[in-house]
Amino acid sequence: MATVLEVSVRVGRRSEAVLLLFACAVALGARAFVDANTGGGIGTPFVVYSAVVVALAIAAHVVVRLRAPAADPVLLPAAFALTGLGLAMIRRIDFAYAESGRSTDFATTQEVWAVVGLVAALLVIGFLKDHRVLRRYTYTAGVLGLLGLLLPLVPGVGREVNGARIWISLFGRSLQPGEFAKIAFVVFFAGYLVSNRDTLALAGPKVLGIRLPRPRDLGPLLIVWAAAVLVQVAQRDLGASLLFFGLFVAMLYVATQRISWVVVGLALFAAGAVLAGTIFAHVASRYDAWLHALDTSVYNSGRSYQLVQGLFGMASGGLFGTGLGNGSPGLVPYAESDFIMASLGEELGLTGFMAILAMYLVVVQRALRTAIGVRDGFGKLIAVGIGFSMALQLFVVVGGVTRVIPLTGLTTPFLAYGGSSMIANWIAIGLLMRISDLSRASATDVVPAGSPRFSAAPSRVPAPEAAASGDAASEDAESAKRSESEAAQ
Amino acid sequence: MNEPIRRLSAVVLLLFLTLMVSASWVQFVKADALGEDPRNVRTLYRQFGSFRGPIIVGGQAIVSSVPIDDPFDYQRTYSNGPLYAPVTGYYSIGPGRSALEATENALLDGSADALFWTRLGELVAGTEQQGASVELTIDPVIQQAAYDALGDRTGAVVAIDPRTGAILAMVSTPSYDPTVLAVHSSSESNSVYQTLLNDPAESLINRAIGGDTYAPGSTFKLIVAAAALEAGYSPDTLIDAPQELDLPLTTATIKNYGGEVCGPTDQVTLLEALRVSCNTAFAQLAMDLGWPAIESAAAGFGWGSELSIPLKVTPSRLPDSPNEPQIAQSGIGQFDVRTTPLQMAMVAAAIGNDGVLMKPYLVDTVRDPDLRVISQTSPEQMSTAMSREAAAALTVMMQSVVDSGTGTAAAIDGISVAGKTGTAETGTDTAPHTWFVSFAPAENPVIAVAVVVENGGDLGNEATGGKVSAPIAKAVIAAAIARAAGTS
Repeated sequence: MATVLEVSVRVGRRSEAVLLLFACAVALGARAFVDANTGGGIGTPFVVYSAVVVALAIAAHVVVRLRAPAADPVLLPAAFALTGLGLAMIRRIDFAYAESGRSTDFATTQEVWAVVGLVAALLVIGFLKDHRVLRRYTYTAGVLGLLGLLLPLVPGVGREVNGARIWISLFGRSLQPGEFAKIAFVVFFAGYLVSNRDTLALAGPKVLGIRLPRPRDLGPLLIVWAAAVLVQVAQRDLGASLLFFGLFVAMLYVATQRISWVVVGLALFAAGAVLAGTIFAHVASRYDAWLHALDTSVYNSGRSYQLVQGLFGMASGGLFGTGLGNGSPGLVPYAESDFIMASLGEELGLTGFMAILAMYLVVVQRALRTAIGVRDGFGKLIAVGIGFSMALQLFVVVGGVTRVIPLTGLTTPFLAYGGSSMIANWIAIGLLMRISDLSRASATDVVPAGSPRFSAAPSRVPAPEAAASGDAASEDAESAKRSESEAAQ
Repeated sequence: MNEPIRRLSAVVLLLFLTLMVSASWVQFVKADALGEDPRNVRTLYRQFGSFRGPIIVGGQAIVSSVPIDDPFDYQRTYSNGPLYAPVTGYYSIGPGRSALEATENALLDGSADALFWTRLGELVAGTEQQGASVELTIDPVIQQAAYDALGDRTGAVVAIDPRTGAILAMVSTPSYDPTVLAVHSSSESNSVYQTLLNDPAESLINRAIGGDTYAPGSTFKLIVAAAALEAGYSPDTLIDAPQELDLPLTTATIKNYGGEVCGPTDQVTLLEALRVSCNTAFAQLAMDLGWPAIESAAAGFGWGSELSIPLKVTPSRLPDSPNEPQIAQSGIGQFDVRTTPLQMAMVAAAIGNDGVLMKPYLVDTVRDPDLRVISQTSPEQMSTAMSREAAAALTVMMQSVVDSGTGTAAAIDGISVAGKTGTAETGTDTAPHTWFVSFAPAENPVIAVAVVVENGGDLGNEATGGKVSAPIAKAVIAAAIARAAGTS
């Protein structure tokens, strides 16, 4: 990889600019189709919207250039394109609802949230000079996360929407604190695990050929498991429960490298899910609506109505979709939020659906790549946590819509209507870019003189590894080194 | 920590692959099945979202799709709905489709193979898919005359052009209005449908061709007479006609209507037996001719055939290997003999058409949206029911029924009408179904009509085919004759 061109290629700000151009094209193209097909033609609103979108793209690019010049060049454009696509679809769904006499203006609200989200991400990039600062707030984050998770259960504050108690009312607005709790937990888990990984990695008794952790170390896992079960039962939200528990187990595994944690974790989760399904009627009812969605009796009871309508919508889209504005996404309840992927599947077809999944895959892959690249364990765990939680969240929500798993109330990152999710996910992107900036900058040595980030702690970075990470070949070398060092432990 | 991160990436990839497979499953593999699910409103939107072709009678669209400002884009409208409902059926997002709306669906919505080139043109031009128009053989004047003549009574009228088999009228009462089923609310149309379904009037049933078949009563004597003529009898052949016929093997007897005698002696001619509708004579005649002769005569007129006109017609039935008393009962159209008004109209049409039975049909011409003819039905011979001579003899016998027999109520000045009455017993407590089967003008018929009125109409137990059904047939024939005179 050592070529003369490496500086511009490695840093990728120019690539980012080009990709942002594509992202703008996706966002504006989708919006143009929506306006042309349902919004009464392309007019002044489209021109204003285009100007704002392009201005935001330029602003974002400039901020990244100044404050995180070595950040991963793909994250921002991918999130930008997904957000733009979501905004166009939500606007389209407003029109669909209007056709059936329902007056909504989700699009305008969501546009504001998208701007807030992007600004939040830029603030993170601008003001968080080093992610390692966050390690100081490990337990604060843990408390905040727990608070966010449990707040909806507090009477008077929490609100139940569509059967799930995952909302709170704040200043007359609905808020989904679980979305922010997700990031808080990523920070908490990362901080906790990076401090305790040595203990947690200690070997315990061997059962059926698998070396289990020591029983006394099971405490934290059991606590998180109990919290996850509580969430599922009390908030009627299988999705969040699966997300938090899965996130913890994944991070635990990455921190300790012990597959036994995954085995124990999965066993616990399966037991919890089965138990909840056996004991609690509403959980069983969810399972039933999933397994027998198309049965007449289940459908007529209304329990699988939304799921089945979503499937009908996606099926009618077929391979190439009806085209934006030509389908009937408004038939599915919550087409703008929980079922935005079904709406997109209907109008963009399997082709569009796959393209969107691929965009997410790129974001997740970049997050994991950042995790491999960064050298501090805390940063690795945060990047893994963010990347994996996004993948898992997408799996839970899209899996629910396409009937792989029971339907839950999680949001689709960047696409779905909802401010909490939009802001939280943009913050996550900001964090990832900050971490990737640090890892890539030290790897490529293209740091502008006097960059504040540079003072973070270059001395802490072991010199041999500084040149190592960054591309596939050197990663192998690095992992070999890591194995050596761990063997020595 | 990089090794577990790599393993985790594999897990992530697996998660995404699962989603891609499941999305392909929904959007590709199962897409057609989900699209055909009756609960899938989108399929209906797509159907209603395209211009569905009209159904045309006498140059006027009786069913058409008109643009409407709702998600369906088009509203199916039925002008004069109840009059044509048995023929057109309904097109509803609730209960679905029936009658021609169902059988001609592919043509009407434009998806038929015959419209391939039209569709290709639309695809290239970027215009929306349009359906073909379906022109019927129904004559609006005759249809209206039949509907008016039947009035509030429960029953059916079928009129056929004997020369071609073209169905000129098909009325079933009480009828319903398909408009109320075509509303764009599945809950509303379903509830209307349920109401109609549970209504004892059974207005959804097309009595002319299906649902419950009727005992033909004395109109079946035409088949027995045809069998006799084919077997060498002539109208003048004397046959036994006792006042009361003892049936073999049982203590039961057959009497004439009102217990009357058929003639001064115990023997009458075949013509006379038909003219006065002598039960004992035809019961004995049926036994004399033997069951195979009657079965074969009935089959020649279409009995037992699966017909689609293109509506599905319930095949008429005969009893399986009846014994002697059952043959006697069957000979006067009772016991297990069952038929439809269309079948009886076919009997009249075949007799009037020199013994040749033409295949009945409802759809005349189908045109694509540019009015090019896609298909045109050409008259088709279905069978030879009887010889030309036998048919001529039976025609003379049927004329005597209208001239001076049981069917005088169907007589029209200046027109020779050939007919046969029928009064089918339905049970000890219920009034009989009354029949009239006829064609006119006798020498060169332009119309064959069958009329059935359930349970005696407004006359109750006093009802006979001659009193109740013959006047209805007369009205229909008069309309057809006037029509023929006006157009020729």
